[in-house]
Amino acid sequence: MTAHLRAPAWIGLGMALLLGACASTPRATGSLYAQFGETAGLSALVDSLLERFADDPRIAPKFANTNIPRFRRLFVEHLCVILDGPCTYTGDDMREVHTGLDISEAQFNAVVEHLIDAMQAQDIPQTAQNRLIARLAPMRKDIIYH
Amino acid sequence: MNRHSRRRRRRILPIALLALAAALPGPDGMAADGRLLASGGATQLEGSAGGGIVPWAVLAGYATRDEIGATSYLTRVEVSDYALDSWGAALNIRNRLELSLSRQRFHLGTLGDLLGMPGASIRQNALGIKLRVSGDVIYSTWPQIAVGAQLKKNLDFSIPSAAGARRDSGTDLYVAATKVFLGAAGGYHLLVNTTLRSSSANQLGILGFGGDRGGRRLLGEFSAAVLPDPTLAIGFEYRQKPDNLGFAREDAFSDLFVAWFPNKRFSAVAAYADLGSVASFGNQRGWYLSVQANL
Repeated sequence: MTAHLRAPAWIGLGMALLLGACASTPRATGSLYAQFGETAGLSALVDSLLERFADDPRIAPKFANTNIPRFRRLFVEHLCVILDGPCTYTGDDMREVHTGLDISEAQFNAVVEHLIDAMQAQDIPQTAQNRLIARLAPMRKDIIYH
Repeated sequence: MNRHSRRRRRRILPIALLALAAALPGPDGMAADGRLLASGGATQLEGSAGGGIVPWAVLAGYATRDEIGATSYLTRVEVSDYALDSWGAALNIRNRLELSLSRQRFHLGTLGDLLGMPGASIRQNALGIKLRVSGDVIYSTWPQIAVGAQLKKNLDFSIPSAAGARRDSGTDLYVAATKVFLGAAGGYHLLVNTTLRSSSANQLGILGFGGDRGGRRLLGEFSAAVLPDPTLAIGFEYRQKPDNLGFAREDAFSDLFVAWFPNKRFSAVAAYADLGSVASFGNQRGWYLSVQANL
């Protein structure tokens, strides 16, 4: 006994349109690192982010004991490495850096949303933004609730 | 109070709930808004968080493991010969458990006229419970997995009974797996959901449960969507259905949708839906509109 199954042709058509629309979107050119404006672009992005963190009561207290100039330098290095740029990350690993901070899921996501807003403000192509998010996402387990 | 005004008064309730949720002050320490925008999905026809017609593994709204959130929704589907209203509310307890209550009202339209009952409708209540078993829809390597049940009670069983339905109530059981593949569709986020459901509900339960051609069946449901930006999702859904009534053949549901998440308080979904054959009328296609507000 099988249930009646019917996949209308327009679903296939819709899927084709969907994939076609994505494929025809103007491709951002250059390496991912170049699309973020290389080191200058990453420095501007991190400055924009730090301003947003300072203004957010959910996040700011977590930076109470942070050496901001050092954090800024290491954050730019880390992003540069993640984006396959010509840098070396000289900081500690993510687990070590966040241990004792007890960062919640909501605080982590607040940072992600500030990052998205900051990337949007820097006019970084949507696909490049998404690729960075994809590379950062696996780090969450090393960052929250430690 | 006559029947008409009572009905009108009842329909004001969901709209008032939505207005209240949207008008309340912005997020503060108590707000359940810790998850990422759009990660709670929309609300499907029987009141569970999901797409428009398929329950997903995501739980309603934006509550994290530290929060409790509430959502309410209002949906209208208008196809060639019928219309369906669905409205209700859901509670998300620590992104682990979702409890939902919803009401479906199916307007018989053309069929009502033919039966000599113009303006007639069939109502159903649905109580939903969904448990997130494992995973996170965005962050875990494996999909988010949830199991759920939808307990349904048809409130106007005379027409379903005449059509051959066996019972006026039934329980759907399902398991859903949902995952967002970040940047996977040419750099855009791709959401994929698969749901396996056990159900005897005829047309969601609007036409009762079970019939001359059988009862409970195992059914497949599928959703896919691409996010052009963080506030938009475009996708399609497919939902297999039982076909228990010899009198009224039943087809799969499918739809093409655009969901808009301008902020975490409010979202809206517009879709073009194909409900196939419904209660003896074929090719039931038309519009699906849904709005949702979150606390």
